[in-house]
Amino acid sequence: MIDEAALLAIPPYGLLREEKHAFLTRELRALTESHALRCPAYAAMLAATGTVPAAITAWEDLPPLPVRLFKEFTLTSVPDEALYKTITSSGTTGQQVSRIYLDRETSALQSKVLAKIMENTLGGSRLPMIILDTSAVIQNRALFSARGAGIIGFGLFGRDKIYALDADMRLDLEGIRAFLARHGGEPIFLFGFTYMVWQHFYAELRRLGETLDLRNGILLHGGGWKKLADQAVDHAQFNRALREVCGIRRVLDYYGMVEQTGTVYVECEHGRLHAPVWADVLIRRPGDFSVAAQGETGLIEVVSILPRSYPGHALLTEDEGRLLGEDDCPCGRKGKTFEVLGRVKRAETRGCSDTYEQKR
Amino acid sequence: MTNWEKYVQAFVEALEVSAEEAPALVYGQSKAWDSVGHMTLVAALEDAFDIMMEMDDIIDLSSFAKGKEILGKYDVEI
Repeated sequence: MIDEAALLAIPPYGLLREEKHAFLTRELRALTESHALRCPAYAAMLAATGTVPAAITAWEDLPPLPVRLFKEFTLTSVPDEALYKTITSSGTTGQQVSRIYLDRETSALQSKVLAKIMENTLGGSRLPMIILDTSAVIQNRALFSARGAGIIGFGLFGRDKIYALDADMRLDLEGIRAFLARHGGEPIFLFGFTYMVWQHFYAELRRLGETLDLRNGILLHGGGWKKLADQAVDHAQFNRALREVCGIRRVLDYYGMVEQTGTVYVECEHGRLHAPVWADVLIRRPGDFSVAAQGETGLIEVVSILPRSYPGHALLTEDEGRLLGEDDCPCGRKGKTFEVLGRVKRAETRGCSDTYEQKR
Repeated sequence: MTNWEKYVQAFVEALEVSAEEAPALVYGQSKAWDSVGHMTLVAALEDAFDIMMEMDDIIDLSSFAKGKEILGKYDVEI
């Protein structure tokens, strides 16, 4: 397996198709062999699908694990004493949550890779940051889940951070205005979960008839569109609405999941989600799980070379999407681009922002 | 306050530990210094020494001892 320094030295969107495919195949095969040796349940699943790890010649031939297996089984490839932390997925009460077991090595890789991706998105320096959420999410450790982990993970890229919402989820307009006065004219990094941004930031500004000057802001948001789709709000409307209340021009969605923390897929200025070099996406046809062509809608499979402590390097999600292109985005970043079309029908709600239940 | 005192104080306040416990701390090996504590600690160090740490240094900040070394890069002698 590639060592950490070499892995981090690759530019996040710098490999062309052939080279990236060879790199991912080599790394994912090595990971598969390693997990097969150390995680008996994973070895059994490989055997059941007739997969011989050493014989893999293209990563697309690996059988992806359905993400829900991480809810039903304890899947780890390291002994208990090497466990460093366990991250659980968001999930509403009553739903089972995923448990992802991290050792130090995997956890460090996740942070470092995320840093490389964010550096590409935000530029090199840490920007003043507004977290469009409440600090209660990270203060209450019992609630600490993917939402908290997201805030902590992305929070490292900001400085002089403030939370836009108080413990009762009310917008702290005064606090935000004081913050903006302090950082007049500087680029501001805003982070939040899609639904939260809409419900507690946009809708609240609208209701109060207030506006803010965030024309120098960069908003990164993610966590699922299902609740907004229910309100018939799409990407374009979301971006336009935010621009109306705060003048913000750079609104970037990201796609990622707790099962593959670190390798997030960030939207570029042309509205496409990009796979970084350490990860990739594949669309599979729901009927027979064969590989779909570009433009065809199907289930999203995600692969990542970061999971070393649990066999989560090839996962079949419950999201639908389609590939938009490869190595050809006008933004100049190499690799595949895609869009996420939503959760498959009958799948449980599990996006970070979708599982947020409003207090009544 | 000396730099040493400011440095220890940042750990004490951010991680809610005693000044005696601070020098032995390693990220991830105590309840106090988890990822939430880490974010608070970075902010406390930046405030205490009026610096802005680079991303790589924040990630490398893995122990009390390592932190002293990292602050050296910002001309802060502990």
